[in-house]
Amino acid sequence: MKLHHKLKTFKLGGVHPDDQKISAGVAITPLPLPKVVTIPVAQHIGAPAKIIVQRGDMVKTGQIIATHEGFVSSNIHASASGRIGVIEEVMDSSGFKHTAISIRVKGDDWQENIDLTETLVEEIKLEPKEIVARIMEAGVVGMGGAAFPSHVKLSVPEGKHVDHLLINGVECEPYLTADHRLMLERPKEIIVGIKILMKALGVDKAIIGIEDNKQDAIELFQELLKTETGIAVEALEVHYPQGGEKQLIQALLNREVPSGGLPADVGAIVHNVGTTYAIYQAVQKNKPLIERVVTVTGKSVKQPSNFLVRIGTPVIDLLIAAGGVPEDTGKIVSGGPMMGKAIADLDVPVAKGTSGILLIPKDEASRAEVYNCLHCGKCIEACPMGLEPYHLLLMSKKGNSQRAKEEHILDCIECGSCSFVCPSNRPILDYIRLGKTQIRKQKKV
Amino acid sequence: MNPVILYTILSLTAIGIVAAVVIYFVSKKFAVQEDDRIGKVEEVLPSTNCGGCGQPGCHAFAKAVVEAGDLSSLHCPVGGNAVMKQVAEILGIKAVERDPYIAVVRCSGSFEHRKKTNVYDGTESCKIAAALYSGDTGCAYGCLGMADCVEVCDFEAMYMDEKTGLPVVIEDKCTACNACVKECPKGILELWPKGKKNQRVYIACLNEEKGSTARKECSVACSGCSKCFEACRYDAITMENSLAHIDPEKCKLCMECVDTCDVHNIITANVTPEKIQAANEQRLKREERARKKKEEEKLAAEAAKQNTHETPPQA
Repeated sequence: MKLHHKLKTFKLGGVHPDDQKISAGVAITPLPLPKVVTIPVAQHIGAPAKIIVQRGDMVKTGQIIATHEGFVSSNIHASASGRIGVIEEVMDSSGFKHTAISIRVKGDDWQENIDLTETLVEEIKLEPKEIVARIMEAGVVGMGGAAFPSHVKLSVPEGKHVDHLLINGVECEPYLTADHRLMLERPKEIIVGIKILMKALGVDKAIIGIEDNKQDAIELFQELLKTETGIAVEALEVHYPQGGEKQLIQALLNREVPSGGLPADVGAIVHNVGTTYAIYQAVQKNKPLIERVVTVTGKSVKQPSNFLVRIGTPVIDLLIAAGGVPEDTGKIVSGGPMMGKAIADLDVPVAKGTSGILLIPKDEASRAEVYNCLHCGKCIEACPMGLEPYHLLLMSKKGNSQRAKEEHILDCIECGSCSFVCPSNRPILDYIRLGKTQIRKQKKV
Repeated sequence: MNPVILYTILSLTAIGIVAAVVIYFVSKKFAVQEDDRIGKVEEVLPSTNCGGCGQPGCHAFAKAVVEAGDLSSLHCPVGGNAVMKQVAEILGIKAVERDPYIAVVRCSGSFEHRKKTNVYDGTESCKIAAALYSGDTGCAYGCLGMADCVEVCDFEAMYMDEKTGLPVVIEDKCTACNACVKECPKGILELWPKGKKNQRVYIACLNEEKGSTARKECSVACSGCSKCFEACRYDAITMENSLAHIDPEKCKLCMECVDTCDVHNIITANVTPEKIQAANEQRLKREERARKKKEEEKLAAEAAKQNTHETPPQA
């Protein structure tokens, strides 16, 4: 049944790309273990983890192999059992080489204290502080793409009061269906995960935001939450980039996160459904984050799929399992079409933040010819952060970081809506990203 | 005469005279005294406003020179020693001579040596490509080939070689203004002393990876074999992260290292092949002598050792 009242959404800007959820009907299937897993130690925002194993060591699945360095960092666990191979710089999905630990897989021998049964554990025994510690121990990071360590988000700075937990089931990127499938197949676990997060944060209200193109998920959660108090489901208009933290807060609570501020400043904490599921597994099953759901999709892909993949599996394995790389492929993108990044090497390992692998056909992949700026203002209209993208492009191009900073270039969430709507095909986001890196470099100096 | 015209002329003249008097006194009272030497210095400067001296432009440089009254830390790289001598004459201070510099391209990874591993079709800008990923060849240190340096050059001293895909610096036009050095995101361009008789020698590689990996990425990459390091008699070559680097301050341009490189990636400028060959022969002879000397020493040491064995320990 289609809802007739006007659905909630964020107010400023945004675009409506064709959603292309080809793989939405395909159930999650576990991918067989690869021969070698390559696990980068910098899969998250923050300091890279410190390696604590040596070449030749035998490790079990779920064993910690690199520990967090500082608070904003994350533990890394062995995603398969076997012998540690070379530890060297490997190209990852960021396009740069980073240190990675390779494991030559032998069997699948899990650590003893991990509960591998499918039974749903509803009772939450741990205290809030213990929950955060367990999440930190399990190396859980935001699984929507940015891979921000979850325990940092849960440690609300003193003096800030949080009243709402928001669960991000939006999945606004076209093509991707990993979160959608997870919501359909593991709803009960996600609900327990939400309760864990509510307990950890000490809040009594939680809202799951799901876009209207996932009616089945909305209905499923509405059904399951009938008896629950404090957790609500909210259907949202299909509107990119609603999955952005700040956009979701505006859509659900009608609150605006101030420039340079955090969601906690307006009393909200946002977690992705994938993260919530990982938190359930970490807290109730003692299972660290070593696998995730990855969508492999594209218009010409033979079998668009949602795979349950161990971290460190090479992308090529996923592509083979989805029926190989079609001949007309122009680009292979890690992530969605809006924010994803083309990968230059098929041996790139799946990381904690890899939500999908998208194969774009040649005719759609190449960039169109760039024309001069018409000053039409479409980019300003589309910017969900209320910035002036065409202006930021000019500032970055001229290397005027000071001015760009004054124009709030650092507030840009890199959603790409400006480049998407530009009638002159100007590479607006490319230059904004450049401007942001220039400012960050200056800060370091 | 029509009185209207007369009154108009008279009143306007009166206003004009009053205004002129006011302006005269104001200009006397609030006059800005600028050292007239600044103008004179500016006249002899090349007026390129390139910023190569570190100042925002030629006027700012002239001002800085006059204020400092000392040329030890200020130098116009474009005008060079000739212009600085004129500046010194105007100010009546001692001229400070500096060796002229030139930009050198420290990458030899041409199309032929460095195969493309992927296709980049994004914005034609090295800076953007470098912010996105490590590049369209295996080498993460090499030239990206999108000519940001050529674009930024004010003196038309650079061009892209279509055959190699690398930028080339035109020796006569380069003024060492540093613009390309600042522009290159990979740091491939470097200012280098022009050298005696315009002779220079440098290693055109920045790949810090292990030798085997580096050579897979680029067939002329520095593998860190240390042969040039061992050949250098003046400690001008240092090895760091399996990459050799020549220190131009210490280099005596003897050219003995040039032929030690098995991929010929020690680049020389304005050096005749005969000189390199002669230097190489000299090095070989020296090494031969050193080897012989070492052998003799070894033999002597062994003989001494046997002697000690033969003499029984004293009781």
